[in-house]
Amino acid sequence: MKQKFDIITSTCVPLPLENVDTDQIIPARFLKATTRDEKFFGDNLFRDWRYDKDGQPRADFVLNDPTYGGEILVAGKNFGSGSSREHAAWAIAGYGFRVVISSFFADIHKNNELNNFVLPVVVSEDFLAELFASIKADPKMQVRVDVPNQTVTNLATGREERFEINGYKKYCLMNALDDIDFLLENKDKIEAWEERH
Amino acid sequence: MNTLFDKIWDAHVVQNVEDGPTQLYIDRLYCHEVTSPQAFEGMRSRGLQCLRPDHIFCMPDHNTPTHDQDKPIEDPVSKKQVDTLAKNAADFGLAHFGMMNKKNGIIHVVGPERGLSLPGMTIVCGDSHTSTHGAMGAVAFGIGTSEVEMVLASQCILQQKPKSMRININGKLGKGVTAKDVALYLMSKLTTSGATGYFVEYAGDVVKNLTMEGRLTLCNLSIEMGARGGFIAPDETTFAYIKGREYAPKGEDWDKALAYWKTLKSGEDAVFDKELSFDGADIEPMVTYGTNPGMGMGINEHIPSLDTVPESSRVSYIKSLDYMGFAPGDQLLGKKVDYVFLGACTNGRIEDFRAFASIVKGRKKADGLVAWLVPGSWMVDEQIREEGLDKVLEEAGFAIRQPGCSACLAMNDDKIPAGKLSVSTSNRNFEGRQGPGARTVLASPLVAAAAAVTGVITDPRNLI
Repeated sequence: MKQKFDIITSTCVPLPLENVDTDQIIPARFLKATTRDEKFFGDNLFRDWRYDKDGQPRADFVLNDPTYGGEILVAGKNFGSGSSREHAAWAIAGYGFRVVISSFFADIHKNNELNNFVLPVVVSEDFLAELFASIKADPKMQVRVDVPNQTVTNLATGREERFEINGYKKYCLMNALDDIDFLLENKDKIEAWEERH
Repeated sequence: MNTLFDKIWDAHVVQNVEDGPTQLYIDRLYCHEVTSPQAFEGMRSRGLQCLRPDHIFCMPDHNTPTHDQDKPIEDPVSKKQVDTLAKNAADFGLAHFGMMNKKNGIIHVVGPERGLSLPGMTIVCGDSHTSTHGAMGAVAFGIGTSEVEMVLASQCILQQKPKSMRININGKLGKGVTAKDVALYLMSKLTTSGATGYFVEYAGDVVKNLTMEGRLTLCNLSIEMGARGGFIAPDETTFAYIKGREYAPKGEDWDKALAYWKTLKSGEDAVFDKELSFDGADIEPMVTYGTNPGMGMGINEHIPSLDTVPESSRVSYIKSLDYMGFAPGDQLLGKKVDYVFLGACTNGRIEDFRAFASIVKGRKKADGLVAWLVPGSWMVDEQIREEGLDKVLEEAGFAIRQPGCSACLAMNDDKIPAGKLSVSTSNRNFEGRQGPGARTVLASPLVAAAAAVTGVITDPRNLI
């Protein structure tokens, strides 16, 4: 959903697993929708880790643990690998996450998050390990993500890191603009390219 | 610099956005039914038409059943998605190869075999295995649905230019070692994120000597190392494959195209951001033992012990082996196999069926084992019958199904039941990929065939 980004301060949901693939984020059988219904995808986020085969919540999965909540998902390295399905980003957004913090993201999924106004924040391995420890010690601890200044802060320890985002995408996020708006404004350049080829 | 990737990329730059991505012109957009409906919906809500409809080709493949395709799809939700693609193609004036159309099949099999994917092109599709088309000497990569909408609307995409990597595979492959094994070997060395942020050019004698089918398999799996895409410089093998195909240039256009394609290679002085070299002789028939494609090993090896795994990765590692029902130190040889799946955009081509048939010829399918043999397209199906492979397979107790993605991701009825072990020629062994609770071992068509006739994981070299 298009929404403007500025500073987000929130508690976190920890998922300290590596190589979380988009098949886990949203299994293929939920990809048959023909509309972009974020609530439907959000309800099925991490479906097979979250519910058993009878549809009952699995008590040991973090989304079913009332201790944790918030707008920030913190995940192990190589988050979003595998399938290009944008439904994974819709599910994350539909569930209510606005930021995903990890030490490494898969390329296609990272773009998909950005195109859906979910901010992927890449931090160092150290920062991530400390953040998982902070959340474990105090599930109510908060993280501040400052988009204008491109900083992420563990408010339990005060540790801060700068994260990368290109100026164009930052402008889009802060002003709730998407790429199609931009491309349509540049139709003359597209036609000029075609003339040359 | 001066890499083939640079040449193709630079030739398609419409503009470089200041402190931002590149606006890249796209020669070919493929749409399948799963990742396109929301893009078309977006086009309608913005009141847009496609800028270049003749650059866009649509076909259903993920939901299509692999039997009775002449009848309506039973699952109403799948049917709606497939019907929606047909309607969207009609409404927006796009080519559409529907079910039962002889041009239908898995989009990544059809594109190359119909001559739609050509050297020097930029090719995208809302599907991570779009990297397959890189085998034609094209820059091809998977995109999300928002990006599909961008291309529908503007024939362009906004992308950060990836870094370049060359992977050289030198020497020769041993007996029973295929392109699939090369790819699984690379993933086991690089992990599923080892090439993230890169576009890979494959080179070296092993790659040069691969057939087009083998090259398509290798490039298909680029994404499983995290790469944005992977490709191979076009050469005589490529040109011979393309010549005469339905949508390939003809006559004077062919001569002109060929002259250009012959210039498509990295310069002698090309500098890559990263360059890796491997020896083909080190590669054995491979199997995966875990729940990502990077967890692979030679078929005779043992699953790595826990102390070889970095501490931060152990929770994930144990979770993965628990799911598979394997333990560190286990060998996969001799493990009972319940299902065999031959097919997918990875290994659903004629050469894969030839390889499978070469092992099962004169043998019988193992008792109790279920085998699904799914051609990648109707064209592959036709070739199988022309070459008489259907007879060989039938005599050994195997049936050929109708084309589609099938059990690779189990969006149709072809689901591996929970707990069952499947040896699959597809591309992903993620938890639940082939059906909730299904356990997948990724392997080549030769390894799959050896399992299919013995009922256990078997080194195919013993059966060649």
